[in-house]
Amino acid sequence: MKALLWRDLRLAVRAGGGFGLALAFFLILCTLVPFGVGPEGGTLARIAPGILWVGALLSCLLSLDRIFALDHEDGSLDLLATAPLPLEGVVAIKALAHWLVTGLPLVIFAPVLGLLLHLPGPAYPWLVLSLALGTPALSVLGAFGAAVTVGLRRGGLLLSLLVLPLYVPTLIFGAEAVRRGAIGADPGTPLLFLAAITLAVLALMPFASAAALRVNLR
Amino acid sequence: MIELGKYAGTVLGAYGISLLLLLGIVGQSLRANARARRELEEHEGRG
Amino acid sequence: MSIWEYANPVKFMRASGAVLPWVAGGAVVCCVAGLAWGFLTPQDYRQGATVKIIFLHVPAALMAINGWLMMLVMSLIWLVRRHHVSALAAKAAAPVGAVMTLIALITGAIWGQPMWGTWWEWDPRLTSFLILFLFYLGYIALWAAVEDADSAADLTGVLCLVGSVFALLSRYAVNFWNQGLHQGASLSVAPGERMSAVYKYPLYLSMLGFFLLFLALVLLRTRTEIRRRRLAALLARENRA
Repeated sequence: MKALLWRDLRLAVRAGGGFGLALAFFLILCTLVPFGVGPEGGTLARIAPGILWVGALLSCLLSLDRIFALDHEDGSLDLLATAPLPLEGVVAIKALAHWLVTGLPLVIFAPVLGLLLHLPGPAYPWLVLSLALGTPALSVLGAFGAAVTVGLRRGGLLLSLLVLPLYVPTLIFGAEAVRRGAIGADPGTPLLFLAAITLAVLALMPFASAAALRVNLR
Repeated sequence: MIELGKYAGTVLGAYGISLLLLLGIVGQSLRANARARRELEEHEGRG
Repeated sequence: MSIWEYANPVKFMRASGAVLPWVAGGAVVCCVAGLAWGFLTPQDYRQGATVKIIFLHVPAALMAINGWLMMLVMSLIWLVRRHHVSALAAKAAAPVGAVMTLIALITGAIWGQPMWGTWWEWDPRLTSFLILFLFYLGYIALWAAVEDADSAADLTGVLCLVGSVFALLSRYAVNFWNQGLHQGASLSVAPGERMSAVYKYPLYLSMLGFFLLFLALVLLRTRTEIRRRRLAALLARENRA
């Protein structure tokens, strides 16, 4: 399992694209929003939690199709399926690698972008905490979408159509926690819900993803 | 004619769009079924 | 004699062919009667003539949710017992359910415009229906995208299971989210909420009508799918020979 994780991480870093791309996209998105809504600090501060969360979600979406597609093309996915490691474990490791490559940098850089968007001071810890709790769910759900669409031509567009509705609860609770943090209210409840969703998804989704992968590798 | 008051456009619009959508899905289903049946019969008739 | 006998495509075709005219006839009679009766009901003192929209809105919403539930049951039967007819029935139900959801959304928007002063309100019910519509779209798109029929049935089945959980989860998340925005918005259009008999009986009739219509459409579309599948199988056999 460790070997697989290292292999995936090394591939992602060497390929170059995956690592920085999501972050750059996140940056561009947060730059574009003020152009769209105007430079007023008050307006930006009010919508900043939502923008940051939607931005994180879309950046995460960008690299989802790479989770299985490359391994499917060169046949290593078939090897992994016949390996002694259960396919559920493979899926979980791949989702973890995706999170380390895209989710974790997003969590770390989100406060910087929060500055750009005039995010109110008390919201920063909650922004980092909610993203840290929520982005693993995004990666695991994304791995499910990638597993369903892996064999398809033009699967990328379908992938977003399938995955984005699944992101709704995570987005709602994540952005709500930051919004409550920004106005000084108690963000405990949405954070707990967020953590609950992430844990449930971590525990259950690898089985669904592995089932979908088995169908696609049949 | 029954009295619809100032909401005539609203009510008629809602009924119009809904019936259009319903007729659309009914028509599409009927046409697809007729086509599938025709193709299958042609094929079975030949073979 | 058990219900599983109808999992045999030949038996299903025979039985559904016999039942379909009756269901379709009942659907037409009930829909026309229910909607016409609803259209002729007196105006509500508060909502005026717009109350008549409820006879479209509520049955469509009902069938939108029940359509997804039916797809869920059919997907489960397919995944557990591998009856092809049930997978095809789930496929057949999806577009019908999507249209029902669309009708519920559009009539809701048209009703909301004069009543709430806005076409769209981010009310929990409305938002959940929008999300349900997105799930329908994804499900239909996945059926269309996968070429191998059995793989498509498997993948959409898994998607339907996951989607059901998340549709339900979104329903509660959306409730939570909107409460966080404005407390106690009284935009509920719950059916049966102090509804007088004048509106109740035509509503029941049109609900029955929509149910029968849904059933007729699903039977018809399942028959279409079975015929298509048979044709594809015949062609494949010929190509092999």
